[in-house]
Amino acid sequence: MKAYFGRRYMLSASHRLHADRFTPEQNRQAYGKCNNPHGHGHNYVVEVLVSGPVDPEKGMVIDLADLDGIFAAQVMERFDHRSLNLDPAFAGQVPTTENLCQVVFGLLEDCLPAGRLESVRIEETENNFFESYRQ
Amino acid sequence: MVFLTRRAVFSASHYYWNEAWSAEKNHQVFGKCANRNGHGHNYTLEVTVAGETDPVTGFVVDLKWIRDLMEREVLAAFDHRHLNLEVEEFKAGKLIPTTENIAVVAWNRLGPAIAKAGGARLSKVRVYETPEIFAEYRGEA
Repeated sequence: MKAYFGRRYMLSASHRLHADRFTPEQNRQAYGKCNNPHGHGHNYVVEVLVSGPVDPEKGMVIDLADLDGIFAAQVMERFDHRSLNLDPAFAGQVPTTENLCQVVFGLLEDCLPAGRLESVRIEETENNFFESYRQ
Repeated sequence: MVFLTRRAVFSASHYYWNEAWSAEKNHQVFGKCANRNGHGHNYTLEVTVAGETDPVTGFVVDLKWIRDLMEREVLAAFDHRHLNLEVEEFKAGKLIPTTENIAVVAWNRLGPAIAKAGGARLSKVRVYETPEIFAEYRGEA
């Protein structure tokens, strides 16, 4: 029987939206205050959804402690209280939350001991969020 | 096709225990969730139905009807109860009352009445154990 298990985490990080190939005017036009030179930060809420059969012995799709451990090692240690722009994952792409979703998806999808990563949803603020689904 | 979701809250206690395992293994696998006196949560139950909007009423289903169904089939049995001791599906040797299994059991309790009523179909049941932990069942095998 297939079910879904979801878990929400919070990480705090800074970023600046800036495309190297744009002129300063184009950057300002495209990104507005998100292009301010010294960046700014968010409390990102990352929601991870895992699907799979419910293990009959444990009653679980994935053990919460395992998922927490993987998320900590793969995502929190790397991004929490850091500047996203300085991470190699964003060397060639702007650290928008769309791109962060895809990066987080890639960091988690092959590391789960059970189940399958279905989606990563990131809430940048209470009023905007982004989702990346398995293609 | 429109999806309509009704939310309700219930408070219940539970613990995780597999009768086929030793006490030691239960504590090792389930950690503090295996404490035999149990612990509790404020759960949020979200029930989503899918269907076409009725041209006369403008409803997919009557929200009041869904609310009453959730109350009768799930909340009356789960709210302010000890799931392991008082809910048939979770009694010793049966299902462990994990969030996943609570979603499955709620689906099984709600599904027949929704199917019998015709019109909308049950699309998903999501259960939040805390604001950060949830499980969902969509009726998939």
